Amino acid sequence: MSLLEIENLSLSIGTVPVLNGIDLSVRQGEIMALVGESGSGKSMTALTVMQLLPHAARTSGRVLFDGNDLATASEEHMCTLRGDDIGMVFQEPMTALNPLKTIGEQVAEGIRWHTRSSRAEAEDRTRRILDRVGLPEAKFPLSRYPHELSGGQRQRVVIAIACALKPRLLIADEPTTALDVVLQAQVLDLLRDLVAENRMGLLLISHDLAVVADMADRITILRNGRVMEDGETAQVLSAQTHPYTRQLAQASAHVPEIRAAAAARNTRKPEDPDSPLLSVRNLTRDYPGRRLSLFRRGTPTRAVDDVSFSIAPGRSVALVGRSGCGKSTLARMVLALDRPTAGEIRFRGETLTGRREAELKPARRDMQVVFQDPYGSFNPRQKVGKLVTEPLHLLEKAPTRAERREMAAAALAEVGLGPDALDKYPHEFSGGQRQRLSIARAIITRPQLVVADEPVSALDVSIRAQILDLFAELNARLGIAYLFITHDLTVARAITDEVMVMKEGRIVERGRTHEVLDNPQSDAAQELVSAAPDLKRALAGRLREQG
Amino acid sequence: MRALANRPLVAGCLITGLVALMALASFLWTPYDVTKLVVADRTQAPSFTHWFGTDHFGRDIASMIMVGARNSIAVALVAVGIGMGIGVPLGLFAAARGGLLDEALMRLNDLVFAFPALLSAIMITAIFGPGAINAIIAIGIFNVPVFARVARAGALSVWPREFILAARAAGKGQTLITVEHILPNIANQLLVQGTIQFALGILAEAGLSYLGLGAQPPMPSWGRMLFDAQTRMTIAPWMALFPGMAIVITVLGLNLLGDGIADLLDPKSRRRR
Amino acid sequence: MTAYLAKRLAIAAITLALASVVVFSVLEIVPGDPARVMLGMNASEAQVEQLRQQMGLDGSPVQRYLHWAGNLLSLDFGRSYTYSVPVIDLIAERLAVSLPLALIALALSTAIAIPVGLYAASRRGKAGDAISMGAAQLGVAVPNFWFALLLVYLFAVWLRWLPAGGFPGWSAGVWPALKALMLPALALALPQAAILARVTRSALVDVLSEDYIRTARAKGMPWRKVLWGHALRNALIPVVTIMGLQFAFLLAGTIIIENVFYLPGLGRLIFQAITQRDLIVVESVVMLLVATVIAVNLIVDLSYALVDPRLRSRA
Repeated sequence: MSLLEIENLSLSIGTVPVLNGIDLSVRQGEIMALVGESGSGKSMTALTVMQLLPHAARTSGRVLFDGNDLATASEEHMCTLRGDDIGMVFQEPMTALNPLKTIGEQVAEGIRWHTRSSRAEAEDRTRRILDRVGLPEAKFPLSRYPHELSGGQRQRVVIAIACALKPRLLIADEPTTALDVVLQAQVLDLLRDLVAENRMGLLLISHDLAVVADMADRITILRNGRVMEDGETAQVLSAQTHPYTRQLAQASAHVPEIRAAAAARNTRKPEDPDSPLLSVRNLTRDYPGRRLSLFRRGTPTRAVDDVSFSIAPGRSVALVGRSGCGKSTLARMVLALDRPTAGEIRFRGETLTGRREAELKPARRDMQVVFQDPYGSFNPRQKVGKLVTEPLHLLEKAPTRAERREMAAAALAEVGLGPDALDKYPHEFSGGQRQRLSIARAIITRPQLVVADEPVSALDVSIRAQILDLFAELNARLGIAYLFITHDLTVARAITDEVMVMKEGRIVERGRTHEVLDNPQSDAAQELVSAAPDLKRALAGRLREQG
Repeated sequence: MRALANRPLVAGCLITGLVALMALASFLWTPYDVTKLVVADRTQAPSFTHWFGTDHFGRDIASMIMVGARNSIAVALVAVGIGMGIGVPLGLFAAARGGLLDEALMRLNDLVFAFPALLSAIMITAIFGPGAINAIIAIGIFNVPVFARVARAGALSVWPREFILAARAAGKGQTLITVEHILPNIANQLLVQGTIQFALGILAEAGLSYLGLGAQPPMPSWGRMLFDAQTRMTIAPWMALFPGMAIVITVLGLNLLGDGIADLLDPKSRRRR
Repeated sequence: MTAYLAKRLAIAAITLALASVVVFSVLEIVPGDPARVMLGMNASEAQVEQLRQQMGLDGSPVQRYLHWAGNLLSLDFGRSYTYSVPVIDLIAERLAVSLPLALIALALSTAIAIPVGLYAASRRGKAGDAISMGAAQLGVAVPNFWFALLLVYLFAVWLRWLPAGGFPGWSAGVWPALKALMLPALALALPQAAILARVTRSALVDVLSEDYIRTARAKGMPWRKVLWGHALRNALIPVVTIMGLQFAFLLAGTIIIENVFYLPGLGRLIFQAITQRDLIVVESVVMLLVATVIAVNLIVDLSYALVDPRLRSRA
């Protein structure tokens, strides 16, 4: 019999249906992946098992854990199960821990509550489990507070809380989405080992097929609250019989057609061109150290360390690296939004460093930006017509109202939106459409360079594929050069000619995208490539295992 | 439609509207002349001729409450105007510039906060003598750091957002960004704080007039009426009851309005009912 | 921690110094001669001259300020003109009424507000929440001196349980003195309690929607333990902030309430000093109240550091 058996589960919040007749099971010692795009209802499924749903939620159907129906269980009974027989790991490690309690207290709390053990016993167990998840007491004493740990370390604490009492079922809701690829690989390894050691069942919730292909024994694909397909992972993902499965798989390894064709012809070496569009020389950025007392500061942190590179007109260059490696700081300096401590940035042969805002206008006109968050990159109180035309402020001669509207409509047409969008507010658009608006704003002044900071990492895979197509098309048609900042190597592979690998403020490797990613030389690049989840590689591995 | 389902907003609008209407109507008509003393009618209990009774000079309490509303509203409103007019630009400026200037402005804020409104009113009155104008200045000064803090905190939460970076990449300077992007995004918070300070202003004005530091007789004011009622609690409790209720209802209306606006404009703060 | 402490202390000291300059300047901008203002038009030149000397009105403003501030620091507030006693004695005597009054009111308001806020937040959206928050909404709108009048009418005039006003002095025994402070403290406390209850509820509601609350529940901790062990401590920071601000309001509130109940406290002293134009008493009491507000704000800042480890580890 299965450890967890969900039968015909439906759920609505208020009047909004979320789940519609879900069936799902997890056996002991098995990893079951629940995959879907945002809004598919995967997190709500997890919260139903935990019985931690919002107040307005109404469910029907059965959730059998060990034969007992949790949907009708009392709160007292659930309290004895949660944290003891069922553990849960959440997506956002930065907010999942109580900032006012030490990590020791937070892990020990559940142990003491469930086992009624003494403080000393509980602390002993806490020490052991923290050591097991990779936080040995010598380096991470129990008296540490969450803010003294990094995101990856905090996620280990959350895993320790969930696994402290060796639960039979572990639910992990996007446990690595907020972490960079290297940390992701480490945390996934840890989860896999813990599952094997304790013969736990793991319900792994993820949007990432590559992660799932590598981890899960079986897989359930969810869309709009319905199960599309389920079965053995290798079988489901290699056969791709269901059209939605196929769509997901293709989107997650999508390469725009224009680029696929161009990549075959592209043999240019990324030598520094004679007349680069952008050239960066010995760029350094220090942030002042933490204030230790009224008069003393700690040593400054060097976010960007002696970086030099150049970008030729029309080239698409990726900047990849782990989180905190300095790539966003570098991008901001290129955009003249942050002042370098030392070094020089030249754009079209003119230096940008040390210029006053008024003198930067012509450069800004030809250099625009697209951000990651399609929700945060617009003023929610402005209509599209106004926000898309914001960069027109940079023109020498202010255009008339009619001209502005015309230019805005043209820019919207470039990104595949109609002129009816002009009078709407940003919240009336979906995430993908908003990213199109963001791109329309960036290209309205016909810039020669667009700096894009993680422009697709907040999007679902199918939307991401469309936006990547759009980027590729604008590059081919308008000759816009890109500096593409991303942590996702598949994105770099999909639309860039060259790649630069950054580590601890320095650029450690640079070359043609395919060459670097297929045959990385530096440690940093090798680490990134081997940690990056890859659907094809994972599937091949699985099929090999099964013979 | 969402506005109509918002009960605090509807109730707040209705109450505030009625009080404002009452104050305006008092310019055209009151049941009795509040400047005329009719000694024969003094301390009459509520009746059909005098709904809320009369005071120790025989003045009609209902009429005095109507006229007193003018004074309360005017003082509180101008004080909010002073607070917003000075505080909001200061807060926005501090948030935009940061650094030493920000620090200096915040210390100045601390300084004003160290003087409770009533205390500064007392100091001002001690020197310049009592009067409605001094009450306005005292309450207004106290409002300045309140609005400066709200504006600064709101602006600081908007500045790091990506659309501000996009605006900077579009070459817009601090002033333009503040006007086009920061201000519209903190307008809600300012509006809500405005209604709160309005309500607090009504309370503070009543307190000052009660102490004899606000509007001076013969101009009726709610606080003064309560002062007059105090020594006559045993013989004429209605003299204390109705002006007090006028204050409570007005302040309640404004607070409901503030809650309603906050609920309407910020879905996150909306308490699910 | 020490850096945080040092910074807060420095800020408090600077604010206090600036406040003294403000209070001093206010005396300076009195139209005409302060001594003349205090004595009124009927005083003789000799009397005015004597007071001028006593107030140290000779010399440059800077000299006078330093002299005055120096005296303040050594707790020499000068002599009251109307009472002909050292101001410090006057203040000490009045403080024996005002300080217990403010403290009882603060304790009362906290004791009412925190449980009500907790109750409302944990019954969110249910009838108990609506009723207690409706009452709080009403309480916020009630002016304390009007509430005081109603209390007097109810308990003193009608039921005759408690005195309507006056203060027998602590020498008459603790119980009669406390009885005299009961109604004033209640009148001061209830409107503040309403505000504090609303703040407590909304701070708790915010905290209860945080991710770490879900983590605690996923650990199997029962609701009660989550509320007391995790939510309350995190909600304390905004609550303590408001309590600090309220102390300033309570102090100012005593000025009115002491007048309602004829209590011989600081508020009544300053009020009478104004009508008698005893500016020395006015500036001394104002300085004392301002210093108290600044001190309370400092205590609030320090208590943040006690509650929040993030503050302890940074400057």
